[in-house]
Amino acid sequence: MTTLSRSRSEWKGLAFTAPFLIVFLLVFVAPVVYSVYLSLFREQMVGGNAFVGLENYAELVVDAQFWEGFLRVLLFLVIQVPVMLVLALVAALAIDSARLHASGFFRIAIFLPYAVPAVVAVLMWGFIYGDQFGLVANLNDWLGASVFAPFSRDWILVSIGNIVTWEFVGYNMLIFYSALKVVPGDLYEAAELDGAGAFRVIRAIKLQALRGAIVIATIFSIIGSFQLFNEPNILRTLAPNIITTFFTPNMYAYNLSFSGQQYNASATVAIVMGVITAVIAYVVQLRGSRKEER
Amino acid sequence: MTATLTEAMTTTDASSRGRGGPTRRRAASVLRPRKSVAFTILMAIFVVYALVPLLWLVINATKTQAGLFSSFGLWFSDDFVIFQNIWETLTYDDGIFLRWLGNTLLYVVVGAGGATLLATLAGYGLAKFRFAGRRAIFAVVLGAIAVPGTALAVPTFLMFSQLGLTNTPWAIIIPSLISPFGLYLIWVYAVDSVPTELLEAARMDGAGEFRTFFTISIRLLAPGIVTVLLFTVVATWNNYFLPLIMLSDPTWYPLTVGLNQWNAQATGVSAQPIYNLVITGSLLTIIPIVVAFLGLQRFWQSGLSAGSVKQ
Repeated sequence: MTTLSRSRSEWKGLAFTAPFLIVFLLVFVAPVVYSVYLSLFREQMVGGNAFVGLENYAELVVDAQFWEGFLRVLLFLVIQVPVMLVLALVAALAIDSARLHASGFFRIAIFLPYAVPAVVAVLMWGFIYGDQFGLVANLNDWLGASVFAPFSRDWILVSIGNIVTWEFVGYNMLIFYSALKVVPGDLYEAAELDGAGAFRVIRAIKLQALRGAIVIATIFSIIGSFQLFNEPNILRTLAPNIITTFFTPNMYAYNLSFSGQQYNASATVAIVMGVITAVIAYVVQLRGSRKEER
Repeated sequence: MTATLTEAMTTTDASSRGRGGPTRRRAASVLRPRKSVAFTILMAIFVVYALVPLLWLVINATKTQAGLFSSFGLWFSDDFVIFQNIWETLTYDDGIFLRWLGNTLLYVVVGAGGATLLATLAGYGLAKFRFAGRRAIFAVVLGAIAVPGTALAVPTFLMFSQLGLTNTPWAIIIPSLISPFGLYLIWVYAVDSVPTELLEAARMDGAGEFRTFFTISIRLLAPGIVTVLLFTVVATWNNYFLPLIMLSDPTWYPLTVGLNQWNAQATGVSAQPIYNLVITGSLLTIIPIVVAFLGLQRFWQSGLSAGSVKQ
């Protein structure tokens, strides 16, 4: 009697959820459906917009520019993501260890770059990298030789990787730290009774507790790398010859749309990247949870 | 013992240090480790990495354009012109910076505010009511967390241009209204923080569901809501890709796109570098968001750890 009747509960629950769902359909589901549609059509010289089946996909598979960008972000993520996540993990464990003076300050200071807009972060680092009035110029002067050239072909990915790491290491640290904070205290007590040392505790308790958070952070970072756009696109002003219009798949999709009016090809790139990202995220999640069961 | 441990982890170390005075000090252990200077120094290097670019920004906002080129990056030049720089930033090009600031505030208030409201209502609805399709909705929204805004931006642009919405504020506001992560966080938070017995008691008293929500539940959800609000505010304030593609009229630009346009002005045929304004404008852009994060720490940190219980 006090609980809601089933039908009334259904109605109320839906009423709470409906506003979100309606907008969600408009800005998440509809664009996906629309780009699938676009990827199956093409503007023909004769006959206008025509259904071409999977022709756009077939063309993308042999598109060297697309694969160049794809391999570049793959290389980027294989190096940048582990470096960033290990740094974040070390920072989270250190802050959680209770061995630091002023750990609250460390937590907020390392997290702070996350609040900085990507545009400002890239502009800032772009100035710092610069050979006109940047710190890198000062550093090279001091070394007496041009040791660092952040905008050269060899260094550009390192330069971008550094900006992305700077932006997100604190965010990931906070995710790890939040997961560590909810470890029940009696686990540590039991460990102490067993005479476990600090590293034993990290291995046996903390890393176990972090497993879910690590999987989630890895997935987010992989997605972020595949979607790399802001940093290279803003740096392009400073290194126009090194950063091409197809430097990353997302930049390629953007430039196909906005410089080339090739909307169908652009939608195809978006779909293919979306599917690849989803598959990899799924595999990571699967592997992560399998380890958990062991 | 457990209380001490929790305290050591959640508060700054001052309290735990005071408690374990010299007389009560025992051998260092897992539960009550010694403070380590070496460890602190190691982490200090981390902090230097995080803060040096921001320090660079603050220092260089005090320089003239000429001073930027002639002085060392991490120290002040002879002229200290920050107030002049701020004045120039705000008045350059008929005060376009203030217009961009106003636009950003509009997008943040309506977009992030709306996103938080929708996520809160829906997260609460999913957590506290049983209805058909609930699991399916949750699965789809969870999947959507994995879809980044940039992947959807080009298709959304194409769709919005068909609808005639591009180059209007709606093109920025409508996509900002959805935060799958926000919904997830509120859902997890509501399960534990709003007792079902309380809702049933309110029902017995004859209160309507929406009244109960706005008078009782919303207060219990407050730390979760603040967390979601903060993260949606950051996402909207920092949004670059979406406005970049949706807007061609500079009078609708948010700060991020505007600043980048100022920066791009330094290259090209009719180059007019205004580096000092780009730097000062960047500084002005990050101040409000940094202040919000620092000021609301207590709320969002508790909201985040609640979210990670269920991970």
